[in-house]
Amino acid sequence: MLAPRSRAEVAAKSDRQPKAVTNFRSWEPPEALTRALFVLVILIVGIPIALRALGFEVVPATLALLRGSLGSRYAFTSGSLVRATPLILTGLSVAIAFRAGVFNIGAEGQLLAGASAATAVASLPVFAQSSSSPWIGLVAGVIAGAAWAGIAAVLRARFHVLEVISTILLNFVALYVVAFLVRGPLQEPLHIYPQSATLGLSARLPRILPSSRLHAGFLIAIGAAVAAWWLIRYSAAGFRLRIVGANPDAARIAGEIDVARTTTRAFIASGALAGLAGAIEVTGVTFALYENLSPGYGYTGIAVALLARLDPLGVVASGLLFGALEAGASAMQRDAGVPSVVVSMIEAIIILGLIIAWPLERTERPRRWRDHSASESGGG
Amino acid sequence: MSLLSSGVAAAFGDATIRTATPLLLAATGELLIERAGLINIGLEGVMLGGAFGAFLGTMHSNGSTTMGFAAAALAGVVIMLVFAVATLGMGADQIITGTAITLLGVGATGTLYRTLYGTASANLSIKTSAPVAIPFLSAIPVIGGALFDQPMVTYFAFALIPTVWWFLSRTHAGLALRAIGESPGAALAAGIPVRRYRLFATLVAGALGGIGGGVLVVAQAGTFVENMSAGRGFIAIAIVVLGRWRPLGIGLATIFFAATMSLQYLTQALGVDVPYQLVLALPYVITLAALAGIGGRAVPPATLARVG
Repeated sequence: MLAPRSRAEVAAKSDRQPKAVTNFRSWEPPEALTRALFVLVILIVGIPIALRALGFEVVPATLALLRGSLGSRYAFTSGSLVRATPLILTGLSVAIAFRAGVFNIGAEGQLLAGASAATAVASLPVFAQSSSSPWIGLVAGVIAGAAWAGIAAVLRARFHVLEVISTILLNFVALYVVAFLVRGPLQEPLHIYPQSATLGLSARLPRILPSSRLHAGFLIAIGAAVAAWWLIRYSAAGFRLRIVGANPDAARIAGEIDVARTTTRAFIASGALAGLAGAIEVTGVTFALYENLSPGYGYTGIAVALLARLDPLGVVASGLLFGALEAGASAMQRDAGVPSVVVSMIEAIIILGLIIAWPLERTERPRRWRDHSASESGGG
Repeated sequence: MSLLSSGVAAAFGDATIRTATPLLLAATGELLIERAGLINIGLEGVMLGGAFGAFLGTMHSNGSTTMGFAAAALAGVVIMLVFAVATLGMGADQIITGTAITLLGVGATGTLYRTLYGTASANLSIKTSAPVAIPFLSAIPVIGGALFDQPMVTYFAFALIPTVWWFLSRTHAGLALRAIGESPGAALAAGIPVRRYRLFATLVAGALGGIGGGVLVVAQAGTFVENMSAGRGFIAIAIVVLGRWRPLGIGLATIFFAATMSLQYLTQALGVDVPYQLVLALPYVITLAALAGIGGRAVPPATLARVG
């Protein structure tokens, strides 16, 4: 780092002086709150401006957005919360990987692997009448997601293949494998449509609210977030993960941490969470496997994780926000004719705005490629 | 050759070159920016922007393909300007910025297309750029048509390989660019304007990525389809690694990848009974295997993805 730091970075550094020394300000707003307000301002100011610029009627479109996301108990639970479930899980997947310095861009492929495995297992005749079959499906999804990420983890640890590249390539492989499965081994019995047979009632996740599509997967996602938060913050494994992500050389030399093993484990845990997202989507929402099962949940998960600054509890908040945005966007497209892809644009603007306003500090920033290949080959 | 009719071989060769053209353009741009120590994961968004720009440019200039490519390059440059402002200007993380750029490309092109042309607009087509046959060479049997009867932009793409090689290894500016990627501090101390070079590389990468996206519209599909780059931006990044950050290597890697993508023509023609979708997945699997094969020997520029 020979080039001068930006002013924001210098300011961020000086903010972290011990509080006792710089006890001039009695209260300063928590950073998370400031960020949340920042996002809110972007949404409140940005959405009308964007709609206006694109030539849509601002008021009806905005009302449709609100109606579809928060407007009623049904819209909130069956729309926003159901949409948020996979986003929270893929967001967690990305957050854990990035925390350990693993650029897992492959949540999309791992999600599809999980969805395929869950479909295959939950529809096995052995489990057909068993009430435990959705849960067996979830386990299968977790294993498949972990295995799919495991390919990239092995390629990274053994062959020094950059995971950014390998996970992206594996996303495409997963896409084509699903396309093959729904026309081959997993196709519905009549062999007409490119999708799997619909899962029986016993293979579906239970609904948790009356007259709502909200399913038990939402609670699993929240539980996973709390567990990830606790593990990262209080467990020894979480400590190793944070240290390795912050500074692999220090972790190896001063902490005597096996860097390669820690990153591989984080990578596989990340894949397991994405696989769980896919399994929950199949057993809780779609009840069948088909090609366009995921409208890019894996990629949006990156945005969710970044917005939360890789914090598991923050992921719940940003996942809920993006879930609400996407549910609202569907309503906006239906009722006001505004293309729902406008949400990707809003997400991009939020991320760009955030990274410009708050550049990630050194410790939060995933470590670099050269670093890990050097330290891992050095560590054996 | 005995198994194949020359017609099938010619179709295979033509498909390979056609598939290679956009990838080669985008990958060459990415090579330049990575050699300067920056990585643009958002190449997919740049290509989509270029594709949409090419569509707009051609539609609104009475079908001029030149205007189409100019608009494609401009769109790519504008998108990369956002990247430059965030990473070079504000010191933002490149991977994160790149992710946002991809989201932005997908969202902005999709929204604008649907807003401007509605959803039921499959019939909006433009005249694609005509192939230019090179006299005599294009008459060579089997390979002549594939290699020497292509749109102008294909020749441009392949001419980039020696040009960029010459630039990187035989000019002072190229040496400076490589020095920046290896050690920006040392380059700065030697009096090289690091930021100016990086901005230059970023904008050239934007123009090339944009033209690469434009090829899909102006020289191939003849229309814009949402998400039509279909992962080519990501593949181009993989090609840069596979080509080991060298122009010639990238040329070879592109041809290799494009050939595996065109295998579907061969398997169809030969009546090989392999599920179609698995043939489509093959290029990605082979690329992974190839990356594992070159693994430790591919050395990225030392400061790749670091904020300089």
